Amino acid sequence: MTVQQEIQELLKGRPKKFIYLDHAATTYVDSRVYEAMQPFFQVEFGNPGGFYELGKRAADAMQAARETVAGVLGCRAEEIIFTGSGTESDNMAVLGVARKRAKEGKHVIISAIEHHAVERPAEQLEKEGFEVTKVPVDKFGRIRVEDVKAALRDDTVLVSIMYANNEIGTIQPIYEIGTLLKDHKALFHTDACQAAGALDLNVEKLGVDLMTLNGSKIYGPKGVGVLYIRKGVEIQPLVFGGGQERGKRSGTENVANIVGMAKALSIAQAESETENARLKELRDKLIDGLTKIPKTILNGHPELRLPNNVNVSILDIEGEAFTLFLNEMGIYASTGSACTSTSLDPSHVILATGLPYECAHGSVRFSLGRKTTEEEIDYVLEVVPRVVSILRKISPLNLDADKVREKGQGDLKYI
Amino acid sequence: MTLPILNKDGMAPGGGWMYSETVKEHFFNPQNLLEGQPDESEFNGFGQVGSPACGDMMKVWVLVDESSDRILSMKWQTFGCASAIASTSMMSVIVTEGEGMTTDEAFEITPQMICDRLGGLPNRKIHCSVLGDKALQKAVNDFYRRSKQFDRVRVDRAKVVDPDTNITDKDIQEAVLEGAKDLESLQAKLKVAIGNPEFLPDVEKLLHFYVSKYYG
Repeated sequence: MTVQQEIQELLKGRPKKFIYLDHAATTYVDSRVYEAMQPFFQVEFGNPGGFYELGKRAADAMQAARETVAGVLGCRAEEIIFTGSGTESDNMAVLGVARKRAKEGKHVIISAIEHHAVERPAEQLEKEGFEVTKVPVDKFGRIRVEDVKAALRDDTVLVSIMYANNEIGTIQPIYEIGTLLKDHKALFHTDACQAAGALDLNVEKLGVDLMTLNGSKIYGPKGVGVLYIRKGVEIQPLVFGGGQERGKRSGTENVANIVGMAKALSIAQAESETENARLKELRDKLIDGLTKIPKTILNGHPELRLPNNVNVSILDIEGEAFTLFLNEMGIYASTGSACTSTSLDPSHVILATGLPYECAHGSVRFSLGRKTTEEEIDYVLEVVPRVVSILRKISPLNLDADKVREKGQGDLKYI
Repeated sequence: MTLPILNKDGMAPGGGWMYSETVKEHFFNPQNLLEGQPDESEFNGFGQVGSPACGDMMKVWVLVDESSDRILSMKWQTFGCASAIASTSMMSVIVTEGEGMTTDEAFEITPQMICDRLGGLPNRKIHCSVLGDKALQKAVNDFYRRSKQFDRVRVDRAKVVDPDTNITDKDIQEAVLEGAKDLESLQAKLKVAIGNPEFLPDVEKLLHFYVSKYYG
């Protein structure tokens, strides 16, 4: 069979499907969340700052939302700030803390695999005269507490390490880092956008001073974020104006989104135990099936990973072409290939785990969600090997999986 | 799962396809692909460009008729994204349609030509289509060498614009294709003219030339 015939054969039998496996990019809004938000668009549209009844009701709804979020995080309601996105919360934490504390020290620690929402503001701090240390990760994408310890200095004012990585799903030792920092003046921020709904968010247990969450990864609305700021921690605001959110984030509050965010978080928290168990089973089935394809490397940690995250590098093929093929087959996934990024640089996360560029270009992420079924996973496992076979015939490459791993820093024991 | 927002084709609104129909046709029905290992007797020129680390790599084989100097057949293999695959496929059609291009004509193929025939490419994908013509030209040069027409071999010589770092105009061209569109991002990539600003005017001239060439 020629490649053309192989492609026609595959596309001919193409069922009309919509298998969404990009929940780490964003989720749909849960109908319970959608319902909870409805009144705040046209009926309860008041400005929470207003003194009349309508404004008061909006303020009450927001206060209830704040208490709900505080309940999940195990903190006080007044320690919760609502923002416009996870990115804004991250920026607020990194820039806000560092700028406020510039007189105490100008050193900040982040990890090599932070989301751009943390990495870019850290780069901005460098332009403002700060020094930024990027802590490396091991071959599984995990940060070592010793490395954070070694990076700490007397003038370190902030450590920002994500709870779980958005690309490869590796869960970081937040509790251990929090414990380490208890005796240091540096404040500890964690970006928990991907962890929310899957992991314990109790800020006391974790020992964090600031935590970022957002709505769009937990079946809540887009355009809303949360920043937990421990009482007593001072930050310099990014947005000035009417003094909303205790003067830390001005602008008329997006009440509908805030209500939706709280609802989404409480649902995710309540259902996390059963949902985690269900997702892990599907995740491991998908990982087992995909890694049976020759020259396919699992990215991230085999166990210490988010229950819904699967990320593999498939050698000899390029991720954008691969995901477009999947798209044609009704499967929605994403890739760390340079060809889908605006900067044209491949995933810094895959590279940080010690794999070479070749592996980053061929990396594919499947992130499962609440409606993902075993039938869908079976279908993916039936389609993927056929697409790989086609693209490998078009490709002139025939990389040696062992040599590729040697070329990188990692020595992955598993394939 | 099925969501109510889907249109009748089962696609999310907008279809999600960022490429033209022609790109799609070539991606899902690649023309003149060489499957497996080449039979050396079927070709008299070979060229290869790119690297797996860069995310794009292409191999091109040509069969040139020595008496007419026309390219009778062109085969290829490509590692890269959909637009790289479709571009190589389209190029193979352009080169071999009719009686086939002459080897001189093959040097006149530009990424823009391929791009136009594909019905355009999104701006940030242009760089994916610029390797094909270079692989083809290498294959034609290889044919010249094999047929002992050494005087016809065309070599692209690079000109050094910053002697401190030994950066050439080709380096700047490549950096622009990799997405550097202003001086700051160019210098982030190449460290060109940082130590010695007197080279800046030449660097900026080249930068503007390539930015307008590739991104219009």
